[in-house]
Amino acid sequence: MYRYDEFDHAFVNERVSEFRAQVGRRLAGALSEEEFRPLRLRNGVYLQLHAYMLRIAIPYGQLSPRQLRQLAMIGRKWDRGYGHFTTRQNLQFNWVKLVDIPDVLAALAEVEMHCIQTSGNCVRNVTSDPYAAAAVDELEDPRVWCEILRQWSTLHPEFNWLPRKFKIAVSGAAEDRAATAFHDIGLRIVRGPNGENGFRVLVGGGMGRTPYVGQVIREFLPKEHLLSYVESILRVYNLLGRRDNLFKARIKILVNTLGIDKFREAVEADWEATNKAGIDLPEDEVRRIASYFAPPDLPEQPSRDEALAARREADPRFAGWYRNNVLPHRVPGYASVVISLKEPGRTPGDASSDTMDLVADLAERFGHDEIRVNYTQNLVLPHVARADIPALYDVLAEAGLGVGNNELLGDMICCPGLDYCNLANARSIPIAKEIAKKFEDPARQTEIGKLRVNMSGCINACGHHHAGNIGILGVDKKGTELYQITLGGSPKDDAAVGTIIGPGFRAEKVPDAIGTIVDTYVERRHEGESFLETWRRVGAAPFKEALYGAR
Amino acid sequence: MPSVVTANRLDDGIVVYLAPGGGWSENLADAARAEGEDEVKALEAVADAAVRDRLVISVYPMPVEVKDDGTVDPISVRERIRASHRTTLTKDWYDVPL
Repeated sequence: MYRYDEFDHAFVNERVSEFRAQVGRRLAGALSEEEFRPLRLRNGVYLQLHAYMLRIAIPYGQLSPRQLRQLAMIGRKWDRGYGHFTTRQNLQFNWVKLVDIPDVLAALAEVEMHCIQTSGNCVRNVTSDPYAAAAVDELEDPRVWCEILRQWSTLHPEFNWLPRKFKIAVSGAAEDRAATAFHDIGLRIVRGPNGENGFRVLVGGGMGRTPYVGQVIREFLPKEHLLSYVESILRVYNLLGRRDNLFKARIKILVNTLGIDKFREAVEADWEATNKAGIDLPEDEVRRIASYFAPPDLPEQPSRDEALAARREADPRFAGWYRNNVLPHRVPGYASVVISLKEPGRTPGDASSDTMDLVADLAERFGHDEIRVNYTQNLVLPHVARADIPALYDVLAEAGLGVGNNELLGDMICCPGLDYCNLANARSIPIAKEIAKKFEDPARQTEIGKLRVNMSGCINACGHHHAGNIGILGVDKKGTELYQITLGGSPKDDAAVGTIIGPGFRAEKVPDAIGTIVDTYVERRHEGESFLETWRRVGAAPFKEALYGAR
Repeated sequence: MPSVVTANRLDDGIVVYLAPGGGWSENLADAARAEGEDEVKALEAVADAAVRDRLVISVYPMPVEVKDDGTVDPISVRERIRASHRTTLTKDWYDVPL
């Protein structure tokens, strides 16, 4: 993985000192809260419902065991022993004290981490495919380009005060596992006309109160021009994006107001006039950065491991976990393993410090020292020898982490909601827990098959409800939490925004409503048909009728 | 309906309530109750001074319900959650009723 050079170390440490001085001035009264607020937000410090929250950037969701152990230590020493993995592949601590945050930032800097640009109207953490360099369908490792974008965007003087926040995702595989179509810029590595790799560039996707699927601004961008082209997109947005209305300030509004053709014209004109050589990275620099992402040395092993096969035969619980949480790897004899943070009864995405330590140990023992955070709020060990999988599972199962619900109904994305968030209108965590309880039986989830259920506690959509096959949005209706259900959303290649199915439900009615939707799907589906396929074939009517009766 | 004044402590962000005498307590039961606009304004003036003294931030009054046994309950779900200071790490189902 990428290692800080002297410049990076000096830069991050200077930033820690700077923030320590800012906190000192705030506590001494030299800065008012109004003056301090933008400074703390630039360092990932929010004031939430219960306390300060610290959002830590995990670039493209990649962690080393040393980093994960440091996060565990921070959770124990300065928080309440746990953190929350987010849909931006970041980690949030919910209870950290302002007076301790400079020390926390110093501890992060020790392991080459920081909180810079995890808030504010700037380019946020670039997200990516959690199976990078392991997936069988990968054309090229997206992390290299994520890192290039990270370095370029960090404290970029021109783009530090954009009209609104800006999110970029990069996927290098045939299947989109980074929800690229729901980002301000989505980058898909694709094969070009002459067999070389480049980017299909999407722009103007996003969730929030006005969800849009990103549109293609360029079918094929030669890789070497990534930075200059992204810079032109950002420049046009920076100049033309609205700053008078917070709700209309994202690039998606600009793209959809101008129309993609006019927006493209403006970007292409800017790009034409750009001195590309002054912005794009020289080839040897790209190669230097790429060298940090060399995959681990994985000597090929037999694809079939007899002990593993026997265990699958003999142990149905293991077999169920294996079916969902073990994914194919490009090197024969290896697999990527999903560690589900969705044990029924627990908050989706939360991990205790003990869990973090355990996963760090497992990554060292079985996973070639790599951990990834999936935007679906699970952890991934991307490189595990198949022969080690039973031993790995035994440790996970003992710790309550052997839950085999990856991509099933129980694998819900869930924002912190009103249990933590100052912006939330309704709770999401207790609803997710009750839904998990209703569908606790793994056999039932297996019968239902893959199903993405996403939930947000407010219109800002941190829980990606628009992209859920079933989406749940908590709203406040005259003081009562009410939950709107959308159907038919997808974060993948067939990206779609879900459709509101009808009037909302009170909290206690939501699990049964989900049950009704699932039953309707299971009754109506043709053999092998996914939820989305059934939904697209039969339409809303049968779901409406099942939920609300004939009206 | 009586009101109390709530805030977050500046140094650690924890939810607090203005108590009689001008102190701040994490416990809603300790909060000073105000009846009517004038009493609310008087509490807010005390709280504003605490903001200037850098004790608290994000100050606002909130309505509460006084129960038969004399204890107070926030009206809104949001304030019930704030008052509970609860974490969600535990493995459980509903631990605050919906």
